[in-house]
Amino acid sequence: MINLNVNGQTQPLEVTPETPLLYALRDHLKLNGAKYGCGMGQCGACTVLVDGRPVFSCLFPVSSVGTREVRTLESLGTTERPGPLQQAFIDHQAVQCGYCIAGMIMRAQALLEQVARPTEQQIREHMAPNLCRCGTHKRILAAIRQVADKGQRLNAGALKERA
Amino acid sequence: MKKKRKLVVAVVAALVIGAGVLFALAIKPSIDPVAKPNVALTPTLIAQGARVVALGDCVVCHTAPDGADYAGGLPLKTPFGIIYTTNITPDRATGIGTWSLEAFRRAMRQGVSRDGHLLYPAFPYIHYTKVTDHDIEAAYAFLMTRPAAYAPARTNELPLPLRFRPSLAFWNLLYLREGAQPAASDSPVDRGKYLVEGLGHCSSCHTMMGVIGGEKRREYMQGGVVDQWSAPALDQLAASPHPWVAQQIADYLSTGLAGEHGAAAGPMRPVTENLRRVPREDVEAIAAYLLSLQQPWRAPQSSAALSDLAQRIDRGKQVFAGACAECHDDGSPMRDAMGRPALTMSSAVMSPSPRNFVMTVHKGLAWPAQPDHTVYMPPFADVLTDQQIADLATYVRSTSAQPTPWPDLDKHVAELREKSP
Repeated sequence: MINLNVNGQTQPLEVTPETPLLYALRDHLKLNGAKYGCGMGQCGACTVLVDGRPVFSCLFPVSSVGTREVRTLESLGTTERPGPLQQAFIDHQAVQCGYCIAGMIMRAQALLEQVARPTEQQIREHMAPNLCRCGTHKRILAAIRQVADKGQRLNAGALKERA
Repeated sequence: MKKKRKLVVAVVAALVIGAGVLFALAIKPSIDPVAKPNVALTPTLIAQGARVVALGDCVVCHTAPDGADYAGGLPLKTPFGIIYTTNITPDRATGIGTWSLEAFRRAMRQGVSRDGHLLYPAFPYIHYTKVTDHDIEAAYAFLMTRPAAYAPARTNELPLPLRFRPSLAFWNLLYLREGAQPAASDSPVDRGKYLVEGLGHCSSCHTMMGVIGGEKRREYMQGGVVDQWSAPALDQLAASPHPWVAQQIADYLSTGLAGEHGAAAGPMRPVTENLRRVPREDVEAIAAYLLSLQQPWRAPQSSAALSDLAQRIDRGKQVFAGACAECHDDGSPMRDAMGRPALTMSSAVMSPSPRNFVMTVHKGLAWPAQPDHTVYMPPFADVLTDQQIADLATYVRSTSAQPTPWPDLDKHVAELREKSP
């Protein structure tokens, strides 16, 4: 039995210790935002935040999480009330097939929680580990810039406050 | 009374002589600026220079992360403080655009700038002094034909006594043996010696430094530490429990990857990115010379037995299954199709120091800057705790041909996270 603190709630899970965090999230908690892409830490589709840091959840043994807080795309908003970054991705139609987008948003979220007004260079370097095969990078960057240009750090506890 | 006077006289004499020697050694004349390079910049010479400069690794230190190539500005973290590399593009105001060949040669041979001030030995002139006149001229022709970049030298962050450059004259007295040392013959070993000891300046990193920053000659090529990475001993390659052969060394140097030993990481990776540009015969020569330096295996010191070794290995095995197995387990697709090494054969795992294993787990390997050059690995610093990294290291090491646990592993893991965030 492993207790996992996900999106502000602690949940008991019946999984083996080496199970990737991604599987625990998708298969056991039905949080399907994070996607299985390569399974080898190369594409970033599985990116979630652990204590505010973007990580590849496919190579993250669930037993390594400990008491750290996991956050997934689902914590940022809902269909009815998307969070600021989600809204920006919608505004810029940054999605083609959409498979990489949950990871993209979570990685960008980590940056915008830390840095109020990141430079273009900072954004590009920070986003480099996440790949998009459709080629919507320009729109993804535009969406991130839209939030960055507001010059306010994103709130790390958005979901908890709404709940 | 008489004795005392004698002593005073002796001290005064020593001071006067010392000052005279310092003056003679430290005060170098300025060499007149030139309007344009005083060498015929032929395509042949420039091409030869490209090879010399790649072998000398100049671009690695003389380029800042976001700066123009050769424009300097990279902070070198020395034990004495931070030294910023300088601009060696032909910019006339801030680079070496006004340097004649003679000024350039003097810098390479004696560590003296064109205007006469002494350069810090972070610039490896004690090695470059061995380079032949022809190769120096070729390097000059190559550098003088790079795009000029305006980039003033940054102020070094050194304590006061070290900012007094004439004191370097004493250091030079101890460590500089001036003069070219061309290859004694055309044999690969002799060519390799010329490359390793001169241009390649390999022992700058692969030999421990003494208290005043000189290489410890008695520990030549026995390994050093750079930016928290271990620069492995190069005299143990053949004696290691999993020995290197010439072809593997040459492959490693020119592709950043030796399938049966591991990938170039840390400060060695840019070295291999340069060596991929030189003819294969050069890396083969380096391999031949390195293999001529081999010493019997220095067995690592035995460490205190760990009472919880079995538990550590068990936990480490679990971490491996969750975080590493996808690429490094027997039969994994990355092993079978992409040639990822079995960690049991990794040099980092068999090293006397856990540094490179831990640093690679922390930082991973960045995506290759050039296609087909070395490999990628994701970073795990934000994934695994110190305890898990130590357990993982203990487990992986236990599966290798050098299974003795690393001494003080927990301490190393914590220190490396702190010092190299």
